[in-house]
Amino acid sequence: MSGILNSSIARKFAMALSAFFLMFFLLQHFAINVTSIFSADVFNDLSHFMGTNPLVQYALQPVLIFGVVFHFVMGFILEIKNKNARTVKYAKNNGAANSSWMSRNMIWSGLAILAFVGLHFYDFWFPEINTKFINGDMTGLIDPNNAESGYRYYEELQHKFVDVWRVVLYVIAFVFLALHLLHGFNSAFQSVGANNKYTKGLKTFGKLYAILIPLGFVVIALFHHLNH
Amino acid sequence: MATLDSKIPEGPLKDKWTNHKNNIDLVNPANKRNIDVIVVGTGLAGGSAAATLAELGYNVKAFCFQDSPRRAHSIAAQGGINAAKNYQGDGDSTYRLFYDTVKGGDYRSREANVYRLAEVSANIIDQCVAQGVPFARDYGGLLDNRSFGGVLVSRTFYAKGQTGQQLLLGAYSAMNRQIGRGKIKMYNRHEMLDVVIVDGKARGIITRNLVNGEIERHSAHAVVLGTGGYGNVFFLSTNAMGSNVTAGWKAHKKGAYFANPCYTQIHPTCIPVSGDHQSKLTLMSESLRNDGRIWVPKHQKDVEAIRNKTLKPTQLSEEDRDYYLERRYPAFGNLVPRDVASRAAKERCDAGFGVNATGEAVYLDFASAIQRYGKEQAHIKGLNENDDALVKSLGKAVVKAKYGNLFQMYEKIVDENPYETPMMIYPAVHYTMGGVWVDYNLQTTVPGLFCIGEANFSDHGANRLGASALMQGLADGYFVLPYTIGDYLSNDIRTGTIPTDSPEFEEAEKSVKETINHFINNDGSKPVDYFHKKLGKIMWNKCGMSRNEKELKEAITEIAELRAEFYKDVKVPGTANEFNEELAKAGRVADFLELGELFAKDALQREESAGGHFREEHQTEEGEAKRRKEFQYASAWEYKGEPKDAVLHKEELTYENIKVKERSYK
Amino acid sequence: MNLTLKIWRQKNANDKGQIVTYPITGIEGDMSFLEMLDILNDQLITNGDDPVAFDHDCREGICGMCSLYINGEAHGPDRLVTTCQLHMRKFKDGDTIFIEPFRAKAFPVIKDLVVDRSSFDRIQHSGGFISVNTSGNTQDANSIPISKNAADEAMDAATCIGCGACVASCKNSSAMLFVSAKVSQYALLPQGQVEATDRVLNMVKQMDEEGFGNCTNTGACEVECPKGISLENIARMNREYLSASLKG
Repeated sequence: MSGILNSSIARKFAMALSAFFLMFFLLQHFAINVTSIFSADVFNDLSHFMGTNPLVQYALQPVLIFGVVFHFVMGFILEIKNKNARTVKYAKNNGAANSSWMSRNMIWSGLAILAFVGLHFYDFWFPEINTKFINGDMTGLIDPNNAESGYRYYEELQHKFVDVWRVVLYVIAFVFLALHLLHGFNSAFQSVGANNKYTKGLKTFGKLYAILIPLGFVVIALFHHLNH
Repeated sequence: MATLDSKIPEGPLKDKWTNHKNNIDLVNPANKRNIDVIVVGTGLAGGSAAATLAELGYNVKAFCFQDSPRRAHSIAAQGGINAAKNYQGDGDSTYRLFYDTVKGGDYRSREANVYRLAEVSANIIDQCVAQGVPFARDYGGLLDNRSFGGVLVSRTFYAKGQTGQQLLLGAYSAMNRQIGRGKIKMYNRHEMLDVVIVDGKARGIITRNLVNGEIERHSAHAVVLGTGGYGNVFFLSTNAMGSNVTAGWKAHKKGAYFANPCYTQIHPTCIPVSGDHQSKLTLMSESLRNDGRIWVPKHQKDVEAIRNKTLKPTQLSEEDRDYYLERRYPAFGNLVPRDVASRAAKERCDAGFGVNATGEAVYLDFASAIQRYGKEQAHIKGLNENDDALVKSLGKAVVKAKYGNLFQMYEKIVDENPYETPMMIYPAVHYTMGGVWVDYNLQTTVPGLFCIGEANFSDHGANRLGASALMQGLADGYFVLPYTIGDYLSNDIRTGTIPTDSPEFEEAEKSVKETINHFINNDGSKPVDYFHKKLGKIMWNKCGMSRNEKELKEAITEIAELRAEFYKDVKVPGTANEFNEELAKAGRVADFLELGELFAKDALQREESAGGHFREEHQTEEGEAKRRKEFQYASAWEYKGEPKDAVLHKEELTYENIKVKERSYK
Repeated sequence: MNLTLKIWRQKNANDKGQIVTYPITGIEGDMSFLEMLDILNDQLITNGDDPVAFDHDCREGICGMCSLYINGEAHGPDRLVTTCQLHMRKFKDGDTIFIEPFRAKAFPVIKDLVVDRSSFDRIQHSGGFISVNTSGNTQDANSIPISKNAADEAMDAATCIGCGACVASCKNSSAMLFVSAKVSQYALLPQGQVEATDRVLNMVKQMDEEGFGNCTNTGACEVECPKGISLENIARMNREYLSASLKG
């Protein structure tokens, strides 16, 4: 982290920027996934595009990875710094009286999401990277059982949600994601100093976003689990 | 009297200050760097003085007992600050402000000082606005004014109900700038315990670091006291818990005369005492009298019913209410000066019309203001002016915008909603016009020892008008002292740093330590507060809103006895070398116990009624204060060992530019 | 009312400190919280014990001297009041009340419940002012009209009493609400514009050096602030800071 991140406000600003990027990523991730409910082909085509387009793969993907890592690492750094700003704890503290659970526990919801990202990478991203870049065999992207129908993304998606335990883990993770976003969305705007006549509307939008997007992911997971 | 030279410059009144500034000696900027000034107290007077002196180039050491200069009790002033700006075009002028202040002070203040105060008042507003003080503004973006008691113009500038706070933060910010530049060295949590006199001049102070108990010596070429008033001699007052007379009293004991100690302002609108546990009283700003109407029931039976809670004050019809201020003083109505309003409340309560359980409260009612504003708003907005509920809610909103924080404060303390039921108020000790005697240059009778703000006696005579304390504090600190002190310091450019190892410092430190050790080692049985409360009761009962010879004499004896008992039986826990609030309190109460006696002695010798000092023997047939020509002087007391031995010096007050007449607000 | 008080006692800055339990009886609803502590101290002194040290001065909610973390909240359970204006009617007979000092690394304990808040002063020294000489030769106060709105908003920010409740309530011990109130007051007024860039950069730098934590926008400060200073001030300071950083 460079010199500019030495100030507390700059650090907040950086957190907010990475958050904006991640929230935007989440939105597009959702937009693609939701197509899987309606059309396997559309989903496959979009997935293939994202998986093979050089701009996405070599420009956006590294930025995304940096964004994810940065957000997590900075989150931890801030947490440690903030813990150090109070050396003796209160014997009795009534945080619920003045702030939401979400806002006080971003580190825990964040850790839950981090664990989920691990699982998610294990489920989808590592096999994909393995196929594309380690084996270097693009034919691995083709559905072996149904060569004409196209890519195996859809089939793999359905396959992953067979196990109930995975669906449960995903649902729990999305609940944490919603909690994280419920505070994070508006917090990011506050950090960059947004405050104008749109603030009130933005707050409502943030709440909707924080609930609807994770809910959508839950629906997708359940849909594939039930329609297997 | 030869010893009391007030050093009023020659010439016509309106030119005195300008001429004086032109004729006094200055210190060149290079020499200012070699001169140290100590400023004790960081309220409006001390804070503004410290900032200005540092800006001029002096090396300033500033001291406050609070944990930050921003917490000095000037911060609690609510209503506003006067200035003869005539922004409202209602005929205000420097002369009128001067006139109102002298008249309000019942012709017991020094003409030249008051005129100077009025003269610089407009500068204060300019200065504060430049500093970023957010005074209230009207919709055109210009400064707004309200009116205060005892005057017929609107000249009071305000920042919500927190004017003192904003002005103090302005002075504090000016100090911060100088602290940042290294020109002020700030000593927080330090209490001045003595002033050191070397070769007849004030050359330093002894302080106690309140965090670790260390006794320190600080030297300087001049010492400035801006340490506030001594209202806490009454125990219960609107002063802060820590407000004390110690700095002024120590100066008095080292040769500074103490003037008019009996002039105390009892403020009419405070929240009544609720019980024995009470530690302080809370003021409701005088600005409330702009819109609130003061009354008690007309008939004794209604008083009983209200006290028994069988009748609500709102149920009492207009004709059964006695708006006694409007009745007695039709010209000024609810906006009579504070001393008049307080005595009138006491008169009604003594006659048995007090409206709370203790019989010591009157109503301050906003119902008619809410109606008036509500109708006005309805009219402006084109709504139905006859819709009672609508008018009420519109009116409440206006009152809330004006006085919201005061109403909220009242509700938190009393647990009643003042929008729905009238407030209960009663007079309480608020301000002390008396203080260390100073000449026109604000110098005490000790060369090099200056005294500014409430701590001195100079500008308010026997009664202070509302919104004038802030004016005086800032005038002294920003615009007067920085000039006049230069005249004195111009003789010190070759003196060099004052050493702190001289026998005088040695002696002063020794005596401070002895007093502290006495308290710590005293095997007494009662806490400091026990004595302070007892003193307060004597003061309130016998030296309060009305005084008479018999009770004043009793007070003198009782206070002397209490003082002896205090030294014998006070119990101070802990040690001298630690944070020890009880020890700090003991020192302050010890000084109050001496001041209280002098207070009573002063009240006894002043055989007249003037402003806040009301002698029952001297009143008109209508019960108004009766001044006596032969007492047209400031009494300045010289310390001679015990308060009872103090020697009176008189500074005759002459009025050449104002006709002394009966003060009438009818 | 009979109560059980659990009070933090710490002899001095170097002492470890601990919670000590004191039963207290005969408390009335009309008493302020500090008057209740006065009664306790009176008893402690009479019994030859060391009284509980706590900061207080004006006792009318404006000086900002009183502090106290009462039952897990700065200035206790009531809203928009300081501890000195918190009244015992907010508690019930039989209650246990925890009383602790405002805690933050930047607010070291001096004794018992008294903490050192001079870090706030140092932040102000670094830029909490408008560099105008106190000469009396400034221009007329009405020469720059300021819209009522801006003046009112500046006033709202300026009502901060510097008590430190924001820091004490913040899970990160962040001083952003305090600093932003001061920055906002000047940012909203034309007089403050000249030095706006340096002011915000210097004040934030000093704030960080004092060891306060980072703001994570929990909003606890706004809720606990006895003067109702709004979070909008923090957003404004963030903006001011970012634009000042870009200007360099």
